[in-house]
Amino acid sequence: MSAAATATAIGLRIGAERFEANTATRDPVWVKAVVLMLALGFFAIFLLLPLAAVFVEALRKGWVVYVAALVEPDAVSAIRLTLLTAAIAVPLNLLFGVAAAWVITKFDFRGKQLLITFIDLPFSVSPVIAGLIYVLVFGAQGWFGPWLAAHDIKVIFAVPGIVLATVFVTFPFVARELIPLMQAQGRDEEEAALVLGASGWQMLRKVTLPNIKWALLYGVILCNARAMGEFGAVSVVSGHIRGQTNTMPLHVEILYNEYQFAAAFAVASLLAMLALVTLLAKTYVEWKASELPKHGDTP
Amino acid sequence: MARASTFRGLPGFGLSLGFTLAYMSLIVLVPLSAVFLKTATMSWDGFWQAVASPRVIASYKLSFGASLLAAAINIVFGFLLAWSLVRYSFPGKRIVDALVDLPFALPTAVAGIALTALYAKNGWLGQYLEVIGIKVAFTPLGVLVALVFIGLPFVVRTVQPVLEDLDTEIEEAAASLGAKRLQTLWRVVLPALAPALLTGFALAFARSVGEYGSVIFIAGNLPMVSEITPLIIITKLEQYDYAGATAVASVMLVTSFVLLLIINGLQEWTASRSGRLS
Repeated sequence: MSAAATATAIGLRIGAERFEANTATRDPVWVKAVVLMLALGFFAIFLLLPLAAVFVEALRKGWVVYVAALVEPDAVSAIRLTLLTAAIAVPLNLLFGVAAAWVITKFDFRGKQLLITFIDLPFSVSPVIAGLIYVLVFGAQGWFGPWLAAHDIKVIFAVPGIVLATVFVTFPFVARELIPLMQAQGRDEEEAALVLGASGWQMLRKVTLPNIKWALLYGVILCNARAMGEFGAVSVVSGHIRGQTNTMPLHVEILYNEYQFAAAFAVASLLAMLALVTLLAKTYVEWKASELPKHGDTP
Repeated sequence: MARASTFRGLPGFGLSLGFTLAYMSLIVLVPLSAVFLKTATMSWDGFWQAVASPRVIASYKLSFGASLLAAAINIVFGFLLAWSLVRYSFPGKRIVDALVDLPFALPTAVAGIALTALYAKNGWLGQYLEVIGIKVAFTPLGVLVALVFIGLPFVVRTVQPVLEDLDTEIEEAAASLGAKRLQTLWRVVLPALAPALLTGFALAFARSVGEYGSVIFIAGNLPMVSEITPLIIITKLEQYDYAGATAVASVMLVTSFVLLLIINGLQEWTASRSGRLS
């Protein structure tokens, strides 16, 4: 998403009434009908149908097969690894996001624009390359390969590699949500807190964090969805060892390639539900953020 | 930093800048630099053979061609969706608005197998397309379908806020000067949206070029026909051709960086046109 899009994502959405009541901005009825038909038809075919297909295919062979696919040991281990990966990657990038947004929005220094560009970098790198770079650094023939082998540490084709690749692809999410908001809020409130005698940590806890909590939550939600769903980057570094280095999306791929379609879609349906919960949470956060006054609500 | 006044400035500059730079270097910059350092150790001939063999060239044509086409399709339908969401009231609008982000939230592998199931020969859509002689799954057309899915929210979410902020006064002025509604849209509204549309196009294109998960299931992955560039990298890695994989990756990375620069420029243009702070 662009910075502009993010800025209103956490902002007030205005209804269409003001356009439809105004003769100058109201479209003729037939134009409205045609535009809505095209837009919603496209929406239904490209977004609704694939979503529906996941659940229909998952239940094609009935509930028994569906549940069996989810409680099977390899599936359970994939779910566990996915949760573990997200539990490491999300807090790390949360910490980074707050630190980066703090330094970018509250201070002036040389090279700030470059820093912002670098933060966006992982978004424009193919997931496959995100996996490849860690193979080049930690793989058997990589920079640290011989050293790691000598000390019997496995990064590539093991859990640490999966976590690293996930941290890379989810790196920008929190920072990107915070930067436009904190830029708009300025530094007045923090300065006031300090002048009134607050310590640095008090200021952070009582002023800054309450001001950014909704954007922060939104960033964490997006970061988590991507962390649990990442496929390309993780696929390169995982080695696809069943029961050990398979995350949920990789498990879906294996089942699908073995023509166990119902089982593949059953695991996929869990990930689709995660996506729906993410969108629901996003809508809720937007609604909450638009309810609050822009500055300094008390917790 | 101005530390000259009596106020000592906000705390944490050194700590947060130090952490930001260290973390970013460890996670992003140093590993990324490995691609270029590894490529630099290759001979020119070896590099050229890896990045310009006919099979790799065919993959560039598919990846870039399908991405351009998908982004172009998304500009049209993304604009119509953004327009519907901002300008019209209709039942279910909130749900449509929330679900536009589905491609951001749905894991790519899930999207990939769902689209394949839809467009396969016996799928919901595939069986009807088969009758009129159109094959989607396991052809380049399948790649296009997956990339349209992936790119749609980029256009909608870039155009929507600009459209919301667009001053209705210019449309009122055009109407009072006697312009027909469609004339106003074509001559007044669309030019104002042009930077946002272009930004959305570039974002969707940049994402599509590197996309892997949603494409590989539906593409069929036939060499020279429906094999995308990211898959070439994976294939080379699986054959332990690390140098070859890295060389192709370096070509893709340079392309991404150029696109990133263009997108940054476009976003500044959008911001200056619509008068918002980016």
